Amino acid sequence: MAIRQQVLYLWLAEGALDTETVGWAIHDGTGGKGPQLPGTEPPYATGLAALEDGWCLIQSPAPYPLYPGAEHEVSYLANEFIFERRVEIKAE
Amino acid sequence: MPAKNYKLTTQEMARFVADGFLRFDALIPDEINQAIIEELRPLEENKINQIVGLPAEAGGPPRPASLTPLSQCYPAPSVIGAMLNLPEVQGIIESLVGPDPLFDHDFVHRLPAGSTYQQHLHVDAVVDSADPTFDIQLFYFPQDVAAGAGGTRFVPATHLRRTRAEGVSRFQHLLGEQQYSGTAGTLMVFHHGLWHAGQPNPSDVDRWMYKIRLNPRVSQVKRWDMEDFEQIHNDASDHTFALMRHDSVAQVFRTMQPWQKGHESRYEQMQRARLWRYLSDDPRFDVDYYHTRIEQRGRIGREQD
Repeated sequence: MAIRQQVLYLWLAEGALDTETVGWAIHDGTGGKGPQLPGTEPPYATGLAALEDGWCLIQSPAPYPLYPGAEHEVSYLANEFIFERRVEIKAE
Repeated sequence: MPAKNYKLTTQEMARFVADGFLRFDALIPDEINQAIIEELRPLEENKINQIVGLPAEAGGPPRPASLTPLSQCYPAPSVIGAMLNLPEVQGIIESLVGPDPLFDHDFVHRLPAGSTYQQHLHVDAVVDSADPTFDIQLFYFPQDVAAGAGGTRFVPATHLRRTRAEGVSRFQHLLGEQQYSGTAGTLMVFHHGLWHAGQPNPSDVDRWMYKIRLNPRVSQVKRWDMEDFEQIHNDASDHTFALMRHDSVAQVFRTMQPWQKGHESRYEQMQRARLWRYLSDDPRFDVDYYHTRIEQRGRIGREQD
């Protein structure tokens, strides 16, 4: 058996883990051999719902200092939470 | 629908500022839709030949160089020129980037039937300057595109985010994203900053799309049809937390896309207001007072210096 990682990115409405999901991305290190992953609908309504389904949080966004003069700019979605699930698959 | 003079209305301009795109279904007549494919074929071939270093000898109309005024691109009898010269198309172009903008580049995006090619979300070109001026990109679909059959995917209202293409690629899906499908002759007009991506074409029909980017060469201020301007252009007191109107430009700017939730939407409103200040030549325009209260205090501070 071998361990592979599945990674789930959730972008949430705000900096709290229990706010709504507004964006998502999934990367499957099992090559499709692990548990089925959600499709095109938001996989979880909140970050907390992902925890409750067994995903482990590996990164959450820290508040960041604002650049003087750019306090009101909008850029990349900032509330990025990254989760992982380690999956045992049959070795090649 | 645009005004009788084919220019956009203030309402449509406000929607463009808020969402970063406008869509005009079946705007281009069938005689152009049917004829243009034969002109797009050599244009596509010549572009590819140029990229790989082969002579561009596929025929077709002369290809314009960047910085050419649009009026000098694709002269008659070009079908592309006929499409671009339609009064309906000229009215849209002039409303957004003024008369006779500069040709930036164009490209024929043909997705062969069965194509599995898929792009990440991206913005075109490089991260842009901080000023509010903008280019437009016309996306013209001369044939019907069925749902899921290779239509361009895009995320409404992402155009005011200052990002680089490679940074946007991490977002696989955002709530409210759309994939184009529609009838022949539909024209989409994008603000240059809108996030978008090419999609696979699992259908058994090639998907054709002609894209052209245009740069303004004059001020973009008040180029549209102004008949409804005074009626819906609000003053800075239009404020959700005090007295607000429901029939104003501000109300259009308060309308958020599904991915724009939480307090972040206030900064989106500020960016929309900033762009509208430029377009409407009203440096005091505001939505929900965010700019105004800061600027009021700023004036006091400067008076005491």
